[in-house]
Amino acid sequence: MQWKRVVLGPTLVLAASSVAFAGPNPAGGTISGKVTYEGTPAKMKPIDMSKEPSCAKMYTTPPVAETVVAGSGNSLEDVVVYISAGAPDDAAPSTAAVFTQKGCRYIPHVLAFQVNQELKIVNEDQTSHNIHPLPKLNREWNKSQPPGTPAISEKYDKAEFIPVKCNVHPWMHGNFAVMKNSHYGVTADGGAFSLANLPPGKYTVSAWHESYGDQSQEVTISGNETKTVNFVFKAKPY
Amino acid sequence: MSESSAQQAHVHAPSTGFWRKYVFSLDHKVIGKQYYALALAAVFTGMILSWLMRIHLVWPEAKIPGLELLSKAGAPGGVMTPEYYLSLLTMHGTLMVFFVLTNAPFAAFGNYFLPIQIGAEDMAFPRFNMMSFWITFLAWVVLMLAFVIPDGPPIAGWTEYTPLSAIGKDAGPGMQWGASLWGLSIAIFCAASLLGSLNFIATTLDLRAKGMTLMRMPLCTWAWFITSCIALLAFAVLLPACILLILDRHAGTSFFIPAGIVASDRVQPHSGGSPLLWQHLFWFFGHPEVYIAILPSMGIVSHILINSMRKPLLSARVVIYSMMSIGFLSYMVWGHHMFLSGMNPMSALAFSFPTLTITIPATVLTLIWLGSLYGANIQVNSASLFALGFISMFVSGGVSGFFLAQPSIDIYLHATYFVVGHFHMVMGVASLFGVFAGTYFWFPKMTGRFMNEGLGKLHFWITFIGAYCIFMPFHYLGLIGNVRRYQSFVNDFMAPYIPLHKFITIAALITGGAPFISLINVVQSRFRGKWAPEHPWNATSLEWSIPSPPPWNNFGDRHPVVYHDPYQYGIKAAKGDFVMQDSPEQVPAVGD
Amino acid sequence: MGKFFAVVLVVIALASAYPIVKHHFPLPEDISTHGHLIDKQLHETMVEAGIAFVGAQLVLALFLWSFTGRKPGAPLKSFPGGAKGLVIFAFVIVGLEVLALGVLGQKAWASVYFTPAKADALQVQAQAEQFAFYFRYAGPDGKFGQIHPEKIDEGNQNYFGLDPENDVAARDDIVSGELVIPVNKEVHLMLHGKDVGHSFYVRELRIQQDFVPGLDLSVHFTATKTGKYEIVCTQLCGLGHYNMKAYLNVMSQADFDAWLKQQSQ
Repeated sequence: MQWKRVVLGPTLVLAASSVAFAGPNPAGGTISGKVTYEGTPAKMKPIDMSKEPSCAKMYTTPPVAETVVAGSGNSLEDVVVYISAGAPDDAAPSTAAVFTQKGCRYIPHVLAFQVNQELKIVNEDQTSHNIHPLPKLNREWNKSQPPGTPAISEKYDKAEFIPVKCNVHPWMHGNFAVMKNSHYGVTADGGAFSLANLPPGKYTVSAWHESYGDQSQEVTISGNETKTVNFVFKAKPY
Repeated sequence: MSESSAQQAHVHAPSTGFWRKYVFSLDHKVIGKQYYALALAAVFTGMILSWLMRIHLVWPEAKIPGLELLSKAGAPGGVMTPEYYLSLLTMHGTLMVFFVLTNAPFAAFGNYFLPIQIGAEDMAFPRFNMMSFWITFLAWVVLMLAFVIPDGPPIAGWTEYTPLSAIGKDAGPGMQWGASLWGLSIAIFCAASLLGSLNFIATTLDLRAKGMTLMRMPLCTWAWFITSCIALLAFAVLLPACILLILDRHAGTSFFIPAGIVASDRVQPHSGGSPLLWQHLFWFFGHPEVYIAILPSMGIVSHILINSMRKPLLSARVVIYSMMSIGFLSYMVWGHHMFLSGMNPMSALAFSFPTLTITIPATVLTLIWLGSLYGANIQVNSASLFALGFISMFVSGGVSGFFLAQPSIDIYLHATYFVVGHFHMVMGVASLFGVFAGTYFWFPKMTGRFMNEGLGKLHFWITFIGAYCIFMPFHYLGLIGNVRRYQSFVNDFMAPYIPLHKFITIAALITGGAPFISLINVVQSRFRGKWAPEHPWNATSLEWSIPSPPPWNNFGDRHPVVYHDPYQYGIKAAKGDFVMQDSPEQVPAVGD
Repeated sequence: MGKFFAVVLVVIALASAYPIVKHHFPLPEDISTHGHLIDKQLHETMVEAGIAFVGAQLVLALFLWSFTGRKPGAPLKSFPGGAKGLVIFAFVIVGLEVLALGVLGQKAWASVYFTPAKADALQVQAQAEQFAFYFRYAGPDGKFGQIHPEKIDEGNQNYFGLDPENDVAARDDIVSGELVIPVNKEVHLMLHGKDVGHSFYVRELRIQQDFVPGLDLSVHFTATKTGKYEIVCTQLCGLGHYNMKAYLNVMSQADFDAWLKQQSQ
């Protein structure tokens, strides 16, 4: 949990500011809001890493599964909020999106990046991992990474939500969100998101969660205003 | 029991033209050499694979120079991935068992010498013979293609157990096209072997020269004949098994895959199949196969030993009957590979008894070899050193079989290094010793020159001592519970034994230099070796009654006539202490 | 060179036997109720195999020493008794010996496979998958929920494909990455293969059994000593085979009950 706050928070800030400073139109409207849940989410079970002592010893208390991460104030974390219609496709940025295997977990749990953007996969553990994304539209591959070997570099050419598993460690699961344009974010604790630099137009904002599905809402931007859009997901008890 | 007049039926003209003479030859001698060359390519490849495996096993994070060129995915930055280790392991086993141990002692030497030793001009079906080599070559090419496809060779071991080998790419790397290439290659190999076996059997039964009764055939000919009978049945079962496997992988059938399997997060669309069916089919072939690997070497070693000892074995007839009973029993024991497989535990006992019973003919053979050495006049040279070394290796490798034949002990030793030590010693090393002995012994026949004795002895000593250094410790590792087919040992349990593994790796690297010495010897001697006299070993069997190298039709225009068995040694005779098989000279009536 | 060969053989025979005789590679301690039968069988076989091995190598060495490098014209001798004596020896002595091993050995086999598990054995289900073992206990209701392969969701830790929403029996099932058992109590371990062939091997328990997808297999055993022991996979199952393990954690009955209670919460 701690890593996510450390990694995602600044990432979100950087993403938001890069959108704010790098967009073709420095001004423009913003769609922001919060993602929350209603009901009682299933209790996340602790992960038993006893089969991999080199990872197990990195935790004082066992970590829990991350398929549903409930934040403060009923907020829902790891939701990918993005513009699914109304914005043109964007060229991929030159920086790489980094997916790290550490403590036998994927960091971040959900990594959002763009079509044709370089995906860099790093292994910081003492054990070999074999990352296996399971796309339906893109090309399927899996790659072993013994400790100390160079980062894996890949890219995807179609927008898709791709579950990711580790072939060696069954509890390791994550997600790739391959985005068509640069207007996206992944919620952290608090559930907040902000999609800025949107030229006037009619947009469909979508929110995707790996367990609770996806929702969409239509928003129209006319100038430089900020429109608020909130998403509420129904929690499942199991 | 045809007379020599029946040989007219298959006469073929001497070969002319480059392709017919050297490539698509119908001459059994050329075909024998082609099998030998293929086995050489396979054994060096297999050995280098084993070096890569041993190096990675003890230094898993090492960057192996050049490995990335072989496979970028398999060795990023030169560091071998876990799956590539398994790919190399699979190819090592497949190459060694099929393309070395079935090809060299059986197809190579058998093809070259069986017709000559029975007094025939060629095999019964020279065209089938030529086809069987080239189809074997095709099988090898198909197998080697697995190295160059992107996903690499399969990772399920040479045994390719289902469902791992049957469900396709969801099972893991190499299991998409690599495994299909494996299945195709082995199916093609089976077809070629069936042709070869038919040839051996028909030739042995129909083309013996006048006076060459079955009991007067040399022991190596007997071994090749019995082996070809075993091979006919065994490969006939593996061939359809491979076809069924290919169908499961590509045609949506479910011979080997039950319902409800979930791999790579996908429920596999199969139902109704049995993983055990593959194991039964495979081992019904696989067990006779290991006897296909060892019997020819038993025959070759017996043949060479007798010549080196200058006296016959205590009883050639007993040796023949022992080899026959081993061949017969080999079909009743396959379940000893499956004691813990989930088959009915009662069948474990049913398979255990014939397995233990095979000890009897194996012991008889060993005692006959040993007992025959008593009072002999043993000539020591490279060939006899390997023949004698075979006895030592066969005993060492064989006694570990006592343990594995008992299901209760197998509960503990199954899938440990104990098994790996057992089969490497008794099948790998011992069988190869027969091939080495045959090479040094018959080189003068095939080329007219001797191989270099100094290099030969060096080859022997490095190999003999080295093989013990490598494979004896495997048994100790098995006793403490070292599991096999692991690409590295990451568990605390194994930490104290890593130094022993390092010792084995270093021994393997050093011992592996010996075959290169032998290869240099073969090449050098072929062109500059000392010329051999007409009777380099003062030997009796029919191959020594013709020029070296033999003419295209072996016996020229004459039809040899045989007067007695091939082991008339240690007697007072005109030429010395031996009488050749085709010599009408009277010999004292001995035992049999 | 024949005499040198003889010396090498003696060295090899004695050097090979030495680590065994000196117990340098002892079997891991036996913590099972049936293991002593297997160990006894193994030790007896080792003695007989050892005698055969050392004996044969020494006889070969002796004959090489005596019958190589002989003067030309030295008389040839025949082994007393000839082939007949050796064949009789092989059939009678070796035959009886190996068959005795087989007959006596079936007792150890029978104790593992021909006796059913006790009625009050602790029921645990083991699932082997690429590349981990998971263990399931029935929970307070004493009933195992049904397995639905299509419901397997490993990111959510649903390794067995249980359906707690609709299947009441599945709600209290306890799934663990460790096989935790009480000492001195028989355990009936049901083996379920999720994807390909695997195998369950605990050296100290002297138990090894393959998982076969599609077959309901099981083993039963009683652990006699507390402690943590490795469970390793011994059937090649793919790229992670070398790292497929779990721990057998044998606890006192009181500790086990406490653990079970804690897992239920």
